[in-house]
Amino acid sequence: MTTGGPSADVRARRPSALAEGWRAYRNERGGVFGLAVLVLVVLLALSAPLLTDPAGLDVTRVEEAPLRPPGAGHWLGTDESGRSVLLLTWWGARVSLLVGSCAAALSMVIGTLVGVTAAHFGGWTDTVLLRLTDFFLVLPALVLAIALSTVLSRGVFTIVLAIGVTSWPQTARLVRAQTLTVQTRPYVERARALGGGHRHVLGRHVLPAVLPLVFATTTLTVASAIIAESTLSFLGLGDPSRISWGAMLKSAMDTGAVTAGAWWYLFPPGLGIAVVVLAFTLCGRSLETVLNPRLRGEGR
Amino acid sequence: MTDTLEHGGTRRSGTVPRTLGFVARKLGGAAVSLGLVAVLGFFLFRVLPGDPARTMTRSAPVSAEQLAQLRHRFGLDQPLYAQFRDFLGNLARGDLGTSYTYNRPVTELIGERLGPTVLLVGTATVLAVLLGLWLGTRAAWRHGTATDRWFTSVGLTLWSVPTFWLGLLLLMAFGVGVGPLPGLFPVAGMSSPDVPPGVLPRVLDVAHHMVLPCVTLVAVIHAQFMMVMRSSLLEEMGAEYLTTARAKGLRDDAVRRGHAVPNALLPTVTLVFLHLGMVVAGAITVETVFSWPGLGLLTYEALRVPDLPLLQGTFIVLASSVIVMNTLAELLYRVLDPRVRA
Repeated sequence: MTTGGPSADVRARRPSALAEGWRAYRNERGGVFGLAVLVLVVLLALSAPLLTDPAGLDVTRVEEAPLRPPGAGHWLGTDESGRSVLLLTWWGARVSLLVGSCAAALSMVIGTLVGVTAAHFGGWTDTVLLRLTDFFLVLPALVLAIALSTVLSRGVFTIVLAIGVTSWPQTARLVRAQTLTVQTRPYVERARALGGGHRHVLGRHVLPAVLPLVFATTTLTVASAIIAESTLSFLGLGDPSRISWGAMLKSAMDTGAVTAGAWWYLFPPGLGIAVVVLAFTLCGRSLETVLNPRLRGEGR
Repeated sequence: MTDTLEHGGTRRSGTVPRTLGFVARKLGGAAVSLGLVAVLGFFLFRVLPGDPARTMTRSAPVSAEQLAQLRHRFGLDQPLYAQFRDFLGNLARGDLGTSYTYNRPVTELIGERLGPTVLLVGTATVLAVLLGLWLGTRAAWRHGTATDRWFTSVGLTLWSVPTFWLGLLLLMAFGVGVGPLPGLFPVAGMSSPDVPPGVLPRVLDVAHHMVLPCVTLVAVIHAQFMMVMRSSLLEEMGAEYLTTARAKGLRDDAVRRGHAVPNALLPTVTLVFLHLGMVVAGAITVETVFSWPGLGLLTYEALRVPDLPLLQGTFIVLASSVIVMNTLAELLYRVLDPRVRA
C-alpha cells in the first residue's frame, strides 16, 4: 500500500471480490439489519443542523417548563432546564458516532502497527511487543481511560485518545496471528526470495491480506468505543460544551430525574446507545462470518 | 506428592521441573506487569498532568501561596526522579500517599471500601458465570433452534446496553417505583440505619440492598460468558469422541455433561478471567448509580475533584488485583487442562 497502487491485474479482480463479499454479506440477516439502522442513524446525525434549530439546545433561550412529560410540541418531553429531549438525543448522536469511530480508527492503527511489527520482525521485537500487548489486554481499559481523561484537559480529542490507546490489544493479537499465518504462504516467500524488502512484503502482500479481518474487528471496536464514550461522559469526563448521550444520562441522574420518574428523559439517550452499539455489533459479527472462512456456513 | 513421584518413574521427574519453570515464568511475568502498573501509575498521575497541584485545585480558586504549600505537602517541589524514588519506596512499604480531599492515608480509605466491592463484584461474577455457562450450553446444544436464536439475541442486546443505563432504569422501576407501584428495593447505599441488632437481620438488609446492583451487573456481564461458552461448545460439537460416547449408548444429557461441557469449559475459564477488567469497569458505574460504598464509588468521588493521590491508589489497586487474578487463572488452567499439563 505504501509502495504505490496495486497492479492492473489485482485492480481488475478487486470489484468482483467486493461484489462476492457483498453477496455473502447479504445472506447475513442481522448484518443487513444492523447496516440499515446504521445508515439511518448516520443520515439523521449528519442532517441534524439542516433539519433542526440548534438554538433549542441553548439553556438560556428555552421557554418550556422543566421535566415536562411528552406531549404536543415536545414528543419526548423536556429535560431539567426545559430543552426538548428529542432535540438533545438527535444532536447527541453526533458526538457518540464521531468519538466512537475516531477512537476505533486510532485503536485500529495502533493495533495493526504493533501486530504487524511483532509478527514480521519476530525475535526480541516480538517478545517485547507481545508482553506489552498482554499487559494492556489484562489491564482494565476503562480504569486507564478514566485516568487519562482525568489528568488531560477536557475535550473530544482527549476522549478519543483515552479510548483509542486503551482498546488496541485485541486488534494487535489478531493482526499478529494473521500476519504469522500469511507470512508462511508461498507467495510471500516468493516475494522475499525475489529480493522484496520489508516495505514491499508488508505493503503489497501482508497488509492487503490482513486488513479485511482488521476491518471486521474495528467494526466491533466501534461498538465498545461508543459504550466507553458514554461511560466516560456519564462519569463527567466528557466534553462539557457538547451534548452526548452519556452526558444526558449524567444530568438526568444528577438532577433527580430518576426519583421524579422522568422516564422520557432516561429512555431516549440509553436506547440510542443500545441501538447504535447493537447495530455495530451485528455488522461486525456478520463481517467476521463473511471474511473468516473458518466461521463461514456454520451458523455461528 | 513424594508417593506419586516414586510411582510415576522417569516421566514424572521430567514433568516437575517443567511445571516449576512454567510457574516461575508466569510469576515473573506477573511481577513485570505489577512493576509496569506502578510505573504507569506514577506517569499518569504525576508526570502527565504537568502540575498535579494545579489540576487538583482547578475547580476552586487558590492563591500562589496555597499552591506552593500544596506542592510541598505532596512532595511535588522535588525533582521528578526523587519523586519517583520516594513513590516506589512508599509503595514497597504499602503506603499510597495521602488523599487530597479526605486528608487521610489512601491505603486506609481503600481498605474501608474494599469489602463492599469484593462482595458485590464477587457475587455478581459468580452468578454471571453460572448463568452465562448454563445459557451458553443450552444455546449451543440446541444450536440453530428458536431457543438458540432467542438466547443469542437477548444476550447480544443486553451486551449492547450501557451498564449504568440499565442500572438507572432498574433504579427507577424497582427502587423508586412506577406510578402507583411502590419501590421494592432500597435506592442507595449498602445498609439501612434502622436495622434491628443481630447478624441475620443485618445480612438480610445488605442482601436486600445488593439485589439491584447485582442484577444490573449480572445482566450485562453474563452475555459475554454465554457467547464464549456457546462458541466454545460449538467447536466441540463435531468431535468424534461425542459420537463415540453416543455409540456407547449414553443418554444425551450424559454426553453433554460428562463429555462435551468439561472440554468446552477450559477456554471459557481463561476468558472469564480475561474479562475481569470489564467487570471492574461495570462496578465503577454501578456503584456510582446505586451509591454502593465500594472502590468504584470512591473512584467516582475522587475523579470529580480530582483527588490525584486517591485516584492513583484506586488505579494501582484495581489494576494489580486484575493482574493477580489473571495469573492465578493461568496457573489454575495448567492444573485443569491435561493437554496443557502434559
